[in-house]
Amino acid sequence: MRILKWTLFLTAAVLLWGLIYWNLAAFGGWFTYSLLKMQQGGHLSSAVEFFVFETPKVLMLLVLIVFGIGIVRSFFTPEKTRKILSGKSETVGNILAALLGVVTPFCSCSAVPLFVGFVTAGVPLGVTFSFLISAPMINEIALVMLFGMFGWKVAGLYMGVGLLIAIVAGWILGRLHMEKHIEPWVFQAQMGEAVKEEAINWEGRIRYGLIAVRDIVSKVWIYVILGIAVGAGIHGYVPQDFMASFMGKGAWWSVPAAVLLGVPMYSNAAGIIPVVKALLEKGAALGTVLAFMMAVIGLSLPEAIILRNILKPKLVFTFFGIVAVGIIIIGYLFNILL
Amino acid sequence: MKKIQILGTGCPKCRALAQNAETAAKEMGIEYKIEKVTDIKEIMKFGVMMTPALVIDGQVKTAGKLLNVQEIKEMLKL
Repeated sequence: MRILKWTLFLTAAVLLWGLIYWNLAAFGGWFTYSLLKMQQGGHLSSAVEFFVFETPKVLMLLVLIVFGIGIVRSFFTPEKTRKILSGKSETVGNILAALLGVVTPFCSCSAVPLFVGFVTAGVPLGVTFSFLISAPMINEIALVMLFGMFGWKVAGLYMGVGLLIAIVAGWILGRLHMEKHIEPWVFQAQMGEAVKEEAINWEGRIRYGLIAVRDIVSKVWIYVILGIAVGAGIHGYVPQDFMASFMGKGAWWSVPAAVLLGVPMYSNAAGIIPVVKALLEKGAALGTVLAFMMAVIGLSLPEAIILRNILKPKLVFTFFGIVAVGIIIIGYLFNILL
Repeated sequence: MKKIQILGTGCPKCRALAQNAETAAKEMGIEYKIEKVTDIKEIMKFGVMMTPALVIDGQVKTAGKLLNVQEIKEMLKL
């Protein structure tokens, strides 16, 4: 009976979601030009239309995505991931770690216990880094929002590139044999018995998804709206091709500049994507924008400070340096190829 | 006497969990002692890889979850 109730509830919710979602574009146009009686083609009207259309669209995508990812994540735990990774050889381990980084629940405040947990269980250092790079960088919110706003090609590129950086950077860090640059206490840490895992049924997974929606959406909605407002401003007021001169393919320095600018910035993935969309529209090159986005999401100062607890400064710099260089190379590659 | 420990390095979620645990214990009117474990080395001894974690009488109940007052009450009953 409970299963039936949940199924009915989910089906109704999805139908209602779809009905509203597919009519949002029409609503944005109607709201701007019929209700507010604005002139077609003006700066303000095009900014307003962008905002009125994108805000509910992005928020609705966010709810659906976070719920779906929540269900997927209920199948994975750090304990399971660690069990899979310990005892794997390096190259295979790097690839697996990067993939698991996408689906294992992760929050940067847990980076330290996770790192220690992996290393003391015999997961090689480079493999641990592959996980630590992929987990924040391939952000599920960014991934599906890119899918919603640009289609599967850009979303696929973002994911493929993120995995590649995580695998290669982790592999290089493993080759550098930086073990002596980890704070010594990590290796002496007494890792206690792992937490017992409770069995979880489908109702539990749905609940897990709903809790994820509540937690994440209540935290990021404000960034989404701010991001869309900035995006709307760029969309309405910045002239076409304005960005081409300094974020276009011709400007060779724009990729490293975008990464340098992105590292100290910390924004929510959900907030950065509306800005990205608006920049692209005005002639910025995809590689440059992608590099900027990955630097903002994947590398951040708070993360560096947290990692400093377990890594000596040299390793923190090496870690950030390798990932930043990886992002820059990818940025150039996209600008040349596309 | 229940011994409640909150494991976490001081993130906002950890503080919220400590607050909820305190409220739960007070509302139940039980005798309790609450302690925040913020030293990462101590946290690792409990074997958790996600913070915040809730420990009752030395046993890890949950890790990486922010429980509400009602959920903590359920765990304190046992």
